[in-house]
Amino acid sequence: MNKYIKESIFRVLMIISVFIVIAFLVIIIGVNIVKGGIVLINEPAVIFTAPGPKYLLGGEGGILHAILGSILMVIPSTCIACAASYLIALFLQVDYIKNRFSNKLRVVFDVLWGIPSIIYGIFILNILIVTNRRGSLGAGIITLALLQMPVIVRYMDEALNSVPDGIRESAYSLGATRLETAFTTAKYALPGIIAGILIGMGRAMGDAASVIFTSGAGNSMPKGVSKSVSSLPVLIFQQANSFYPSVREHAYAASFVLIIIIIILNTISRICSKHFQKYTAGSDR
Amino acid sequence: MKQQKARSNLDKTIKYIMVIIILAVFIFFAALFIMLLQRSQLILSRYPVWELLFSSEWDPNKGLYGFLPAVTGTFFVTVFSLMIAVPISILSAVYISEYMPSAVKSYFQAFIDVLAGVPSVVFGLCALLVLVPFTRDVMGPLFGVNTTGMCVFTAALVLAAMVFPVIISLTVESLSILPIGLREQFLSLGATKWQLIETVLFRAAGPGIISGIILGFGRAFGETMAVVMVIGNKNILIPSVFSPGQTLPGLIVGSFSEMMSVPEHQSALIFVSLILFIIVLFFNILANIIKNKLKSRWRYE
Repeated sequence: MNKYIKESIFRVLMIISVFIVIAFLVIIIGVNIVKGGIVLINEPAVIFTAPGPKYLLGGEGGILHAILGSILMVIPSTCIACAASYLIALFLQVDYIKNRFSNKLRVVFDVLWGIPSIIYGIFILNILIVTNRRGSLGAGIITLALLQMPVIVRYMDEALNSVPDGIRESAYSLGATRLETAFTTAKYALPGIIAGILIGMGRAMGDAASVIFTSGAGNSMPKGVSKSVSSLPVLIFQQANSFYPSVREHAYAASFVLIIIIIILNTISRICSKHFQKYTAGSDR
Repeated sequence: MKQQKARSNLDKTIKYIMVIIILAVFIFFAALFIMLLQRSQLILSRYPVWELLFSSEWDPNKGLYGFLPAVTGTFFVTVFSLMIAVPISILSAVYISEYMPSAVKSYFQAFIDVLAGVPSVVFGLCALLVLVPFTRDVMGPLFGVNTTGMCVFTAALVLAAMVFPVIISLTVESLSILPIGLREQFLSLGATKWQLIETVLFRAAGPGIISGIILGFGRAFGETMAVVMVIGNKNILIPSVFSPGQTLPGLIVGSFSEMMSVPEHQSALIFVSLILFIIVLFFNILANIIKNKLKSRWRYE
């Protein structure tokens, strides 16, 4: 076969596959936005009303409990995960340990990232069973913190890795301790660090499999740390399995809210990385 | 002098806190494994492992725990979805990195990032609305099968869509770090662009692409919600791709409400998550080893 014919055949194949990928994305986001948007325009009160006692059985109410539950679970868990993974990432980067050892540690975090979220859920559920408790907001927060920690560590580590060595060396030469050096280098890595945090947050926001066991997935407004809550993905899963068409319609409204939150997080991460780039502008890398 | 002492003390204290956190992560990792192992003891002591893995009867009420349908279901769905996803995502990644003008490229990568962040329930919901009717009304008649649309084929399609961003972003990343000189030298010999991609770039970016595929496998394998929503959840050995099936994570989610009551059933489900954990662990470590091995072997610098 002529090499030019081969070239054009593969070029066509490539363009087709790019279109398939775009089509999937457009269908997934488009369907949710259009369908969810229609539901929300018809009954905008869904977002602001609390669910009635028989909401999932076709009763009255809205999805406010899930929105609040999601926010109440994701924000504290992100804070916990951030603090822990910031320290871990600094530990991996700055000269506290040998390079060989820190590479081994990175493999552990890669593996933790790859573990399916349902296993985190089962693990926390087991602890709950052993200590004779029920699923609650607190357990949900811990699960989500564990779930997003490896993601954030990985992104922070990569961001810190891209800081030029000269900055670290000049900080040392001024007599800074390792910790002070670490804070200096962290400033240069801010865009990557913030992107990592928001990606971890997005993962926690969208995960249902881990929270469905541990947060109780109840059908009431969040009342306290030891009370059961629901979250948006869990609610969508329950609604989509419902026999009642009206409840199934509400699933699209919930997924509209969820996808808008995810897109906003994504946009913030882009804007932040642009904004904080001014700190890295001086680096010659 | 005093201040200096305080500074170096702070440095040391923080170091100890960091070590404690790292140790906590290790303890968590070990506890996860030990917990799963210990809690699945009950089922393992009553039934031999091979009987659990190779019996196809699943009926907890009668005390029958056969994982074969779920194991084969998981295997089929994962392999089928990778068969769809791998060629498409590698070809489009090559197009993005080699042919696309850089102005369009950054927008496209933003698109891929969004796709990577879309939660799995949203994929599932969308598949219920679009892919299930598509399989029922288009693919079913095309192959002359009568199907409800809630089947292995639909699940594989959804999974393929979820694996796209993983493979695409890792492939684009590993192609973009290759030196430009490598391309220029080969093109100056009169080769076409596809020849360059086929003979040089695939090999040079090989480690990244392969580890991308393995990570994609891991994601498809452990994916729960999107699959549960569309696969039909019937715990039988699948006769064809157009019939409903069951996967290992689906087994856990599907019976989680009943799981509290019967200790044996609970233990069986924890055994399922132990299997998942071990397989994912294996593939992740494999991906890492392959990446490191190939990196040192295929070096273009």
